[in-house]
Amino acid sequence: MVEFTLPKNSKITTGKTWPKPDGATNVRKFQIYRWNPDDGKNPSVDTYFLDMDKCGPMILDALIKIKTEVDPTLTFRRSCREGICGSCAMNIDGINTLACIYGLDEVKGDVKIYPLPHMPVVKDLIPDLTHFYAQHASIMPWLETKTNRPAKEWKQSIEDRKKLDGLYECVMCASCSTSCPSYWWNGDRYLGPAALLHAYRWIIDSRDEATGERLDSVEDPFKLYRCHTIMNCAKTCPKGLNPAKAIGQIKKMLVERNI
Amino acid sequence: MADVNRGNRPLSPHLQVYRPQVTSVTSIFARITGVALLGATILVVWWFLAAASGPEYFNFVNGLMTSWFGDLVMFAALWAVCYHFLSGLRHLYWDAGRGFEVAFAEKMAWGVIFGSVILAVLVALVL
Repeated sequence: MVEFTLPKNSKITTGKTWPKPDGATNVRKFQIYRWNPDDGKNPSVDTYFLDMDKCGPMILDALIKIKTEVDPTLTFRRSCREGICGSCAMNIDGINTLACIYGLDEVKGDVKIYPLPHMPVVKDLIPDLTHFYAQHASIMPWLETKTNRPAKEWKQSIEDRKKLDGLYECVMCASCSTSCPSYWWNGDRYLGPAALLHAYRWIIDSRDEATGERLDSVEDPFKLYRCHTIMNCAKTCPKGLNPAKAIGQIKKMLVERNI
Repeated sequence: MADVNRGNRPLSPHLQVYRPQVTSVTSIFARITGVALLGATILVVWWFLAAASGPEYFNFVNGLMTSWFGDLVMFAALWAVCYHFLSGLRHLYWDAGRGFEVAFAEKMAWGVIFGSVILAVLVALVL
């Protein structure tokens, strides 16, 4: 349901301002969302300062530097540091992206970092993605076949394989779904751009034999048609994929099979 | 580990922190103009009803509708029609499965913004 303001327990207060590094000339200000599940307080935004002459080039480098040198309680997910695991997705400078492949030089002014939008917060920059993953599971993200298993592998022509480009690269970081206002208001029933991109990835897979069932399962006013082509998903995807286009193709296939 | 605090988790900020995009702003305005046009339609119907109910009441309503404020509201409605129309064309193009590239979608968004203003002014001048 549409709710423009944050619930009472989610209103953001001003947090702690941490000391500036000694003797630094190239200092940058970071404003980072904090919420501790154990102290019973509302979320706050803490202010940190870092010496940019002694910091790596990416947002994630700055976060790790803060955790190592300033405030070890700062909590965030990260793993591969090269944009392939999708762990460090967060809201940086007003858009969703991966901290590890977003450069500090891409942000003008102070660096503002929040968790992925409109999600329950586990702690600090960590959102609860349980529902997001469940939606992914609901589109059956695997090859469904009815014919007998071939002696070797399921074969696919080069042209058919090409159709999966721009879809299979998704790392499930949830940047797109949590950038989508429709997903904010109806995320309980709307599948969101990430799950629908995956749905399309299996719908157009030439080897898959459940295309009809897959189309049936998304043909729903909420699951699919809450997409109003707002395009935030495609604009924000850190991997440069286009979920809006995939969803548009599903809608088109649904029209085509009815005429 | 068992989750002990699931019930009290805060909702992360959304509209408060997400930077408006040209495509998202034009999208919400498609809906706003659509709803606003319903209001404008009621105004016009009221005008007609007044004309049907007698000269005295018509003069009153006609006075309101042709005052500077009435003109302003009617021009805004005219712009809203133009905006909603161009926005609809954009959606038709998308429904055909085309125009999803981000750069192109943004061009269409700017096209709707400037196009609607130009179209509204042109129509107002012609009428």
